[in-house]
Amino acid sequence: MQNTQQRNILVIGMGNVLMQDEGIGVRVVEELEQRYSVPPGVTLVDGGTTGMELFEPMRHCHSLIVADAVNTGQPPGSLVRIANDDIPAFFQTKLSNHQLGLSDLLALLTLKGELPEHIAIIGMVPHSLEQKLGLTEQAEQGMDTMIDMILIELDDLGVELEPRAQPRSGHWRKEAEWEALHLCA
Amino acid sequence: MTTRITVDPITRIEGHLRIDVEVDNGKVSKAWSSGQMWRGIEQILIGRDPREAWSYTQRFCGVCTTVHAITSVRAVENALGLEVPVNAQLIRNIIQTAHAIQDHIVHFYHLSAVDWVDVVSALDADPVAAAKLAESLSDWSLNGPHEMKAVQQRLKAFVGSGQLGPFASGYWGHPAMKLPPEVNLMAVAHYLQALDIQNHANKIVAILGGKSPHIQNVAVGGVSNSIGHDAPSVLNIERLMLIKNFIDKLEPFVKSAYLTDVPAVGAFYLDWAGIGGGVNNYLTVPDCPQDAAGTVFDLPGGYIDNGDMSTLRPITTFGDAYFRDGVAESSKHSWYRGGDPLHPWDGETEPEYTDFQDEGKYSWVKAPTFYGKRAEVGPLADVLVGVAGGHPGYTKYLNAAMDTLKGVSGNPNIPLEAVNSTIGRHAARAVRCAVMIDTLKDQWQKLVDNVATGDVDTFNSPVFPRGEIKGVGFHQAPRGALSHWVVIEDGKIKNYQAVVPSTWNAGPRDADGEIGPYESSLLDNPVADPEKPLEVLRTVHSFDPCIACAIHMVDTEQQEIVKVKAL
Repeated sequence: MQNTQQRNILVIGMGNVLMQDEGIGVRVVEELEQRYSVPPGVTLVDGGTTGMELFEPMRHCHSLIVADAVNTGQPPGSLVRIANDDIPAFFQTKLSNHQLGLSDLLALLTLKGELPEHIAIIGMVPHSLEQKLGLTEQAEQGMDTMIDMILIELDDLGVELEPRAQPRSGHWRKEAEWEALHLCA
Repeated sequence: MTTRITVDPITRIEGHLRIDVEVDNGKVSKAWSSGQMWRGIEQILIGRDPREAWSYTQRFCGVCTTVHAITSVRAVENALGLEVPVNAQLIRNIIQTAHAIQDHIVHFYHLSAVDWVDVVSALDADPVAAAKLAESLSDWSLNGPHEMKAVQQRLKAFVGSGQLGPFASGYWGHPAMKLPPEVNLMAVAHYLQALDIQNHANKIVAILGGKSPHIQNVAVGGVSNSIGHDAPSVLNIERLMLIKNFIDKLEPFVKSAYLTDVPAVGAFYLDWAGIGGGVNNYLTVPDCPQDAAGTVFDLPGGYIDNGDMSTLRPITTFGDAYFRDGVAESSKHSWYRGGDPLHPWDGETEPEYTDFQDEGKYSWVKAPTFYGKRAEVGPLADVLVGVAGGHPGYTKYLNAAMDTLKGVSGNPNIPLEAVNSTIGRHAARAVRCAVMIDTLKDQWQKLVDNVATGDVDTFNSPVFPRGEIKGVGFHQAPRGALSHWVVIEDGKIKNYQAVVPSTWNAGPRDADGEIGPYESSLLDNPVADPEKPLEVLRTVHSFDPCIACAIHMVDTEQQEIVKVKAL
C-alpha cells in the first residue's frame, strides 16, 4: 500500500475573490470540487491570499499543486505550468501576485528540509482586476482548461478523479451570479 | 545636499506602500507615506445581506482574515442593539487572541527580524557561546549547544544553495547591522522554532473556526459552534482540552524566547530607542468582551494625548460615543474627491487621481483623525493605554522587557519613554503577545467554567427592522484599532466603511496639513547609505504595515526598488 501512503496531495487555490480574475485560483479549485469527487489522499484548500497558515499543510504533503493568478508578461488569459526545477527562476522574475507569500513559504520549507517532492503551479494571466466577484468572460473560459491541467497533474501522480453525477454550484460561483443579476438590474 | 529616496514597495507582505524621504546631512528631513493601490473593496457589500458581510470582509486581507470577520458582525450587532451570548463572546475572544499571538510571532521573526539580524553573520558564530548567551537570558528549552549547531549547519546548506528566499531582501553586511554573530545565531534558531510554534496558534483558530485558513463559525448574533457532548463536530470537552494543549505549547516560547529576544536584540541597538517616535498620540479600543452587551472588557481601550499618560480617556463599551463620534477621515491629500474630514458613516470614495504631488494629493490611503488629531494605533498604543490604566499584565511584561534591556545593555537608566521608538514598537508587540497568552488562558478557563454551569447558548437570532439603522464594530486587532461602519436600510447594506489600523498609521497629511504616524516617525532617522535605506525600512516595518486591506492593488508588475536622486 506504498502508493496510498505517498498519495498525499495538496491542491491550493490562491487569490482574492473580491478582485475578479485575481481570484481565479480559488474559483478553479472550488469548481474542481463541485465537478468531481475527491478521493482520500487529495486535499483541496481555498488559500485565499493567506500565507503562513498554509505552511503547516504544505510541509506535510508529498505533492503540491497551486492554482493562482500570475503575471508573466504574456497576454491576458495565457495559461502556464511551472513545476519543480523551474520554480526558483519563476520567483526571481516575480510573476505571481502572491509571490511574496508563496515564495517565502517554499523557501522556508527548503530551509526546514521539508519541501514537497513535487510542486506545480498552474497559473492564468488575469484580464481584469476590478472590484467584483464575477470573473471576466475570458477567464471563465480559461477556467475549464485550468481544471483540465490540474486533472492531468493529478493523473501524473496516479490519481484519477471521478466526475460527480450531478455537478454542484459552489459558494463563490453563486455569489458571482447574484452580483451579475444585481449589476444588470 | 538633499537626497530624495523612494522605496516602493516597502512591505514583505501583500500590499503596496511607497515611502519617499528627503535626506539632509544623513538624516531624514521630510517624509511622505503613500498607498499605491486604490481601495474601495467595500463597494462589493452594497445591497447585500448584512448577515453575510463578514464572509466578504474576511477576504479583504490575507493576513487579517478572522479580524475582519469578527469586526463585521460586531458592526451589524451594534446597529441592531443585539446582545451576544457569553459563550459566543468567549469563543470569539479565544479565536482573535490566538490569531494575535500567531500574527505577532510571525511579524517579529519572519517579517522584521532580517532588518536587525544579519543572517549570514550567524555562520561565523560559535554555537557553544551562542547557547551560553541564550541560556543566560531565559529558560527556553531549545537554547542548547546542539540546537545552535544544528541550526548553523542547516543555514550553511541553505545559504550555500544560493537561494536565499526570505533572506534575499536582507541588507547583510550593512553598516547599521550591529549584532554579534552569536546573537544572530540565537535569533535564527528562534526564527526556525517560531515556524513550528506559530502553528499551534493556527490550530486553535482552526478548531473553533471550523475551517482553515478562513473561519466559518462567525454569525451576526454569536457563533455557529454548538456546545455539547455527542456529535464530533460540536465543541466538547475533548476539543477544549486540545485547545488547552496548544495554549500550553505557545506560552513558553512567547514568554521565554520572544519576550527576551526583542530587548536582547534591542540592547545592541540602543540608539534605535531614541529614533522613530511617532505622532505621540495613542488610540486603542477595548476588546475581549466578558458580558453579552459588551460593557465589560479584559483589554482596555482609550486615548492618550501627546504622550502624557495622565491624559488617558478610556473607551469602555461597544458603541462608546467617545469613540463613535471622534473618528473622521480626510482626503485632502488622498486621491479622492473632496477634502473635508467626513465621519465614516458618511464616507465617500470617489477617485480623483493626480500625480504624486508633494504638497497636494499623493496617496490612495485617507487620513483618519480622532477629534481632529492624528493618532498612532497598534501594540505600542495598546501597551501605553494598558499601563496608563493600571492593567497588571501590561505593566508586568513591560517591566520584564525593560529589565532584560537594561541587563543586556548594561545601562540601568533607560527611561520608559524610550518605548516610543522604532525598537520600542517591537518591544511593545512582544509585551502585548505575552499579555495575549494570559488573556487566552483566562478566556479558555471562563468558557470551560461557563459551559460547566449548563449554559450552552451560542447564538441570538438577529431581526432587521424596516428603515435605516447604523452601527460601528471595533476590534483591538494585531495592528491596532480596527473599526467597521455600516449603514443598513430595510435589512440591506447601504454603506460600509472599514477604517483599518494601517490607515491610521500610514495615512498621508490630513486636512490641516499635519503628517501621519509613519511620516512623523521617519523624521530625523539616520540614513547611512541612500542606496540601501535599511533605516527607513526598520522604522516603517516597526508598525507592522499591512496595507492589503488599506488599499487595493492595480499594478502587479512593480518590482522591489529603491530610487535615489540628488536634489
